[in-house]
Amino acid sequence: MKRLWFLIPLAAFFALATMLALGLKLDPREVPSPLIDKPAPKFSLARLDDASKTVRLDDMHGKVWMLNVWASWCVACREEHPMLVEFSKKKLVPIYGLDYKDQRADANAWLANFGNPYDASLFDDEGRVGIDFGVYGVPETFVIDQNGVIRMKHIGPLTAEVLATKIEPLLERLKKADA
Amino acid sequence: MIPELGHLALWIALGISAVLGTLPMLGAARNRRDWMALARPSARWIFALVALAFVCLAISFIDNDFSVLYVASNSNRSLPLHYRFTAVWGGHEGSILLWLLMLTFWTFAVATFSRHLPEKVVARILSVMGWLAFGFLLFLLMTSNPFDRLLPVPADGRDLNPLLQDPGMVIHPPMLYMGYVGLSVAFSFAVAALIGGNLDATWARWTRPWTVAAWIFLTIGIALGSGWAYYELGWGGWWFWDPVENASFMPWLVATALIHSLAVTEKRNSFKSWTVLLAIMGFSLSLLGTFLVRSGVLSSVHAFATDPRRGLFILAFLVIVIGSSLALFAWRAPTVGLGARFALLSRESLLLGNNVLLVVACGAVLLGTLYPLALDALGLGKISVGPPYFDTVFVPLLTPLIFLMGVGPLARWKETTLPDLATRLKWAAGAAIVAAFLTAWLHGGVGIVGVVGLLMAFWIIASLLTDLVERLRPVGGMRSNVLHRARLIPRATVGMMVAHLGVAIFIFGVTLVKTGEVERDVKMGVGDTTEIDGKTFTFRGVRDVTGPNYRGAQGLIVVTQGDKTIATLHPEKRFFPVTQATMTEASIDSGLTRDLYVSLGEPVGGGAWIVRVYLKPFVDWIWGGCLVMALGGLIAATDRRYRIRARQTADAAAAAGATA
Amino acid sequence: MPDILGQPTVRRLLAAATLALLASTCVAKEAVPEAADPALEARMTRITSELRCLVCQNQTIADSNADLAADLRRQTRELLKQGKTDREIVDYMTARYGDFVLYRPPLRATTMLLWFGPAIMLLGGAAVLVVVLRRRGKLSADAFEPDEDDRAEAALHAQAAGAAPEGSKA
Repeated sequence: MKRLWFLIPLAAFFALATMLALGLKLDPREVPSPLIDKPAPKFSLARLDDASKTVRLDDMHGKVWMLNVWASWCVACREEHPMLVEFSKKKLVPIYGLDYKDQRADANAWLANFGNPYDASLFDDEGRVGIDFGVYGVPETFVIDQNGVIRMKHIGPLTAEVLATKIEPLLERLKKADA
Repeated sequence: MIPELGHLALWIALGISAVLGTLPMLGAARNRRDWMALARPSARWIFALVALAFVCLAISFIDNDFSVLYVASNSNRSLPLHYRFTAVWGGHEGSILLWLLMLTFWTFAVATFSRHLPEKVVARILSVMGWLAFGFLLFLLMTSNPFDRLLPVPADGRDLNPLLQDPGMVIHPPMLYMGYVGLSVAFSFAVAALIGGNLDATWARWTRPWTVAAWIFLTIGIALGSGWAYYELGWGGWWFWDPVENASFMPWLVATALIHSLAVTEKRNSFKSWTVLLAIMGFSLSLLGTFLVRSGVLSSVHAFATDPRRGLFILAFLVIVIGSSLALFAWRAPTVGLGARFALLSRESLLLGNNVLLVVACGAVLLGTLYPLALDALGLGKISVGPPYFDTVFVPLLTPLIFLMGVGPLARWKETTLPDLATRLKWAAGAAIVAAFLTAWLHGGVGIVGVVGLLMAFWIIASLLTDLVERLRPVGGMRSNVLHRARLIPRATVGMMVAHLGVAIFIFGVTLVKTGEVERDVKMGVGDTTEIDGKTFTFRGVRDVTGPNYRGAQGLIVVTQGDKTIATLHPEKRFFPVTQATMTEASIDSGLTRDLYVSLGEPVGGGAWIVRVYLKPFVDWIWGGCLVMALGGLIAATDRRYRIRARQTADAAAAAGATA
Repeated sequence: MPDILGQPTVRRLLAAATLALLASTCVAKEAVPEAADPALEARMTRITSELRCLVCQNQTIADSNADLAADLRRQTRELLKQGKTDREIVDYMTARYGDFVLYRPPLRATTMLLWFGPAIMLLGGAAVLVVVLRRRGKLSADAFEPDEDDRAEAALHAQAAGAAPEGSKA
């Protein structure tokens, strides 16, 4: 009986080691969004291509759509951009860009250079809308449903795998729910 | 050629460490003197080979051999010579080699300073250390080889992280590693004793000086890290409860508990299995720290370039080493004897109280550090645990510990009574309260928390003085021979007093700086002034400076009090073109009772800058206290009991006396 | 290219500008606090010192030089000017970034163990110590190993009994 007490340190250590092993697969730096399944923050921003036109969250009501946060100064955005351009050709959903803390001239030049997959880009020069969406790094991508509820957030550049295995099925499900 | 030589040396060392791990241990079991005799020479050879490898790597750095991948990643032609040398341990691979150098050095030291130990015990201890060396060598050679080549050879390297180009960087990691790795000696002594079944007071007496030595290095290493963060990082903080800081603090807490527990075991032969468990835990925490820093499991400002594959290897090593030693503990410890008797209230039990508090404190730090990981692994969300948590939880644990620190040294062995202690300590308690309130009133603006802190510091000092007076008090009323009685106090006791004094100084510094520091963020144009506590800080502008591998802006701030200039400060903003990093170099005027700390923020145009000005009262007492603690450890470790020659002389004299 | 500096008007303007610049430096003044309102600034710093910068992740929002940290500090100032309480500002941050942004973990069902753990460990440890010591006290003397001090004392007594009664305690 007394011997069992002496096994406690070993048992505690194995519990710890198991947890550490699980930890190896996780990314401690990734910040999950608290906005999933919550209404998207209301916004009203000028368009990048035409400063006189405004786009508001309510304008999107009734459609499933994607919001992609990008900037001309963002190096990682170049990684995902070709894929995003290809994806936009499928015309599955409207894709809107959120041009985060950028300069109009640089942003427009960047799109001209690398292609424009967006129905429109919104110009968020001070990053306030970004803060409301919980953006902490660029690029980030949101999937928002017909009722303005955020259904998914992807942090970092989009990959073909994420698009195929996570985003497209989600878009399917959301569109079916509507029908 | 030279990198290959170093690489080869490590492979040979791997082979010899496998031999060291097996033959002497088997030899001890089977009583084969020839196998046991292999232990000491193997230990010396392994150290020589690892040292050779280290020298080869150092030469590669000094010669700017960018064909070595590790050199190219951590050095640069414009890096000054002394930093080219310290860059050897600036990255993951080199730091593992440094770790190995320390480990094999401690092994070598044990092999050399163990003539008084029985052959079997030495064989077992060195075998265990041989296995540790084997594991780390394997890790290095399989996943973290610093001698990998890089082809085609780049013209120049990537430069050392500018944060590390600093004198503090030179000394902090080696000191810290000496401490971490030094705990492997106590660990090996414990495991060897469990295997051999010779756990007794003698074992404790052998283990204690090695543990104290490791503890001294760990204390200095942590203090240096804290001091370095203070002056290097530019915002005046000195402890952030960052996972890597915690990874060094936890072994320190357990090592402190171990030193106190060894005192009980050595004196009274009691609580041996608990002491052995602490010895195993101490080094286990060192290994855990290595894992946390290099595996990418926790986000930390200190973390090396992370690689899950390395993390997996270290985790496997952890499981094997700690798992098997704890399994051995579970198997053998129940048979260990109970030692001598002592009462519910006695010095032994108070020392054990100290142990409980220190281990719980370590547990609290471990809980806070790993909780985010635990929640994430269980899919329960992501949280952060930072200074607000640790500060809230740690200080209440510290308070009873400090109280015990005053009571413990005055308690008698075997049995002591509450009335006895109360009578002897009532003056100390009164003096501490008076001193605390007096200091609070004189210093001003301290608050309740500050008074409690001061009370703790003065309590330690007052009870320490009580102990000293009791020991120096003449027996029989004769007032002479105080000096003689002072010399009779064992060094271990003197060491304890000095170390406890160091803790008091530390607490004093922390209390006054936390309650009294003043910070100003001001926009200063040339000639503008700001005032703190009667001292006027005048901004005299910024000029361009160039360093060997950086461009900088150096500010000039003159501090005056009345008519006298008390300090001239030169804070800098340095830009390192190779790594594209900007560093803020604070400028500090250190004084006995305060630091004046200035750092540059951003330029705001027109020659004006944002300047951060701090007055930090008694902040240097924090690190001063740590140094005094380490000094106390040094005094204690050189006690007559541990000095081999002194004992041999004493034994000879006793033998001569007996026959006369 | 026309010699612009040769034009008298320009030179006069330049002279005036230089003079003005020199004049401003001659009049050294008390440094202006970086923020317009030091009290507000102090509150902002206090709140943001307990928030984690999401970009660098190992600094507080108060200390970090990252763009996002500067933006969030600015946002905090605005919220404070709007009269929001500390609690409301913290809620604002967690609504957008989750609990990760808090260095002081909130007390929830999942963090009960975190906050109460140390106290539980302390009580548990103290209880174990007392129980073990009590049990030891109840064991008979032969469960223990012979006491070195007792043996030495016995030897001394035997010596004293056999030799002359004079003996100084060592």
